[in-house]
Amino acid sequence: MLRYILWRIAVMVPTLFLISVLVFTIIELPPGDYFESYVSELRAMGEAADMEEIAALRERYGFDKPAPIRYFHWVGGMLRGDFGYSFEYQLPVSSVVGDRLWLTVLVSFVTIVFTWLIAFPIGIYSATHQYSWGDYGLTFLGLIGLAIPNFMLALILMYFANIWFGTSIGHLMDQKFLNEPMSWEKAKSILEHLWIPVIIIGTAGTAGMVRRLRANLLDELQKQYVVTARAKGMNPFRALVKYPLRMSLNFFISDIGSILPQIISGAEITAIVLSLETTGPMLIKALQSQDMYLAGSFLMFLAFLTVIGVLISDIALALLDPRIRLQGGSTK
Amino acid sequence: MTVSLPESGAPLKHYVSTAPFDPYSVEAMTAGQAKIFQASQTRLMWWKFKKHRIALVSGIFLLALYLAIVVAEFLAPYNLHTRNMDFIHSPPQRVHLFHEGQLVGPFVYGRQMTLDMDTLRRIYTDNRNDVQRLRFFCAGDPYRFWGIWESNFHLVCPARDGQMFLLGTDRLGRDVLSRIIYGARISLTIGLIGIAVSFTLGIVIGGIAGYHGGYIDLAVQRVIEVLQSIPSIPLWLALAAIMPVSWSPILVYLGITVILGLLDWTGLARAVRSKLLALREEDYVLAAQLMGASTSRIIGRHLVPGFMSHLIASATITIPGMILGETALSFLGLGLRPPITSWGILLTEARSVSVIAFYPWLLFPMIPVILVILAFNFLGDGLRDAADPYK
Repeated sequence: MLRYILWRIAVMVPTLFLISVLVFTIIELPPGDYFESYVSELRAMGEAADMEEIAALRERYGFDKPAPIRYFHWVGGMLRGDFGYSFEYQLPVSSVVGDRLWLTVLVSFVTIVFTWLIAFPIGIYSATHQYSWGDYGLTFLGLIGLAIPNFMLALILMYFANIWFGTSIGHLMDQKFLNEPMSWEKAKSILEHLWIPVIIIGTAGTAGMVRRLRANLLDELQKQYVVTARAKGMNPFRALVKYPLRMSLNFFISDIGSILPQIISGAEITAIVLSLETTGPMLIKALQSQDMYLAGSFLMFLAFLTVIGVLISDIALALLDPRIRLQGGSTK
Repeated sequence: MTVSLPESGAPLKHYVSTAPFDPYSVEAMTAGQAKIFQASQTRLMWWKFKKHRIALVSGIFLLALYLAIVVAEFLAPYNLHTRNMDFIHSPPQRVHLFHEGQLVGPFVYGRQMTLDMDTLRRIYTDNRNDVQRLRFFCAGDPYRFWGIWESNFHLVCPARDGQMFLLGTDRLGRDVLSRIIYGARISLTIGLIGIAVSFTLGIVIGGIAGYHGGYIDLAVQRVIEVLQSIPSIPLWLALAAIMPVSWSPILVYLGITVILGLLDWTGLARAVRSKLLALREEDYVLAAQLMGASTSRIIGRHLVPGFMSHLIASATITIPGMILGETALSFLGLGLRPPITSWGILLTEARSVSVIAFYPWLLFPMIPVILVILAFNFLGDGLRDAADPYK
């Protein structure tokens, strides 16, 4: 088991390396840099830019050096916990980002739990009552959830929450808690606001998961051991719970790998619409103003979150399913 | 009695029936069975596909939509950019058939606008005396068909000096219905071009990885893993943000399709690779190799056609993701830019809660988005079932 975990962690390293190269290339691609757009913005407002100061800043952050050197500088910094400097906020990236990372993690985690809680009973019902009205209805409902763009759902829910509850559901907490340290009151406020984004982000992922769970469980239910059990007179409920359900539990955990990127994507868009205090709104601003360290760190962080999520799901799967554990890394 | 034996070496005389003989007489097939037995693969697929009712309906719906966008100018009652300054944020008009108990055919009532001086909102009321009959196959807003031919021929137009805003107007007094019809042209083609890009990439990269195996395969798999582990929307955002502002809208449109396609090929490449890994061991591949066929010919001519139907089915299922992606990007202001109009651009108008409260008809573009995505999902399901007709 330990060997398997070590092997999985070792595999992560090249993956993260490639991701960092990709992210760096993307943030380097646009012509010009933050200072150039900053200077032109100043000029457009009729102010003179202090070219000397800017040249000094350029040199300080290594903008005059060739790309590969800057890349290693960036990656080396990240390994030491230094994520670079946000030019727009004139603060180190880590202090700009601060809480937002943890809130993103929180929203994603709660969404996954929500997705499970919804998808599991529906998936089982759909598979055991294949082609019934309930199956069709639930499948259709799920498809609708898949088809409505996240951001529109966010807007519409926002509108109805305004009418029905008279509350503004934007943001992730009451504004007075924004820069306060964590307290019970703040946690309560976050919990009160959390359900809306969770529902919005969860809808799309739930639909996909129900479909896959249904297909998976259907395959399992047609296997001979289930037929044998039923033929011997085992009660259908026990025949379902004893093995097929446990098999599909494995699938549930391994499916994290495919829904996690989707959830994080959805979380970004929803966060922008609802102006949540997560990474979404800041990422889009950083991208637009070419605040490269901030944008790069965000992208890197989101990718890292996904990779870690998949790692956890793989390890959990290995704990649950001996077939995976025993194969070890040899099949790669 | 003498037994006359034939001479040695002479052929034996024996009874031969002259009645016609049917070797399949034991297991005779009915006409229906014979039809299935002799049907080609495409025919079998079609039969199987036809059984999936919703998929068939979805397919017809999508086909109709794609035909409609060819003649969008003709179908839309107004032009894309026609502004009706007297009718800003006008709510949808209803089509009536009867006026005061008499049949007059489809018509709308004229509108009168008053300004509420307290809230400064425009209030539109139907003028019950002003019956404006709709005209069909009529001359209306002039347009350039496909940007080439001048014309003013429309399927339906408002009465002369009248208005017809079946889905209301936006903040510049532009007809929402016409804009949805024009927007379909962009939104629907973006999925197709995007899928063409990802299809090509998927087959080429997946094909090479699967056929050669070894180190190439390993490298490709790593790259696929990386791309799949990055959440797509942040990556799309990043890629869309690097498109220079100086690009023309048409170039941005192409750029967005390429971006959508660039990140989407991984799933297809995986499917192609795993199929090829199995198929390359087949004898017919060896035969082709011995005859000196090049790698690209073996992959393209002998291997890929064998599971093309599966690929098309799985590609259909990824189109909705692209349409949603474009909508999301445009909505966030990083996608297409006006004057190019897509459903995503139209939805940016409905960006705030106050718009939804006051002008809910600006949400109409959401309906075609949902319908198209549902239709592609159903069609994909049907195609996937039909792709393997022997099951």
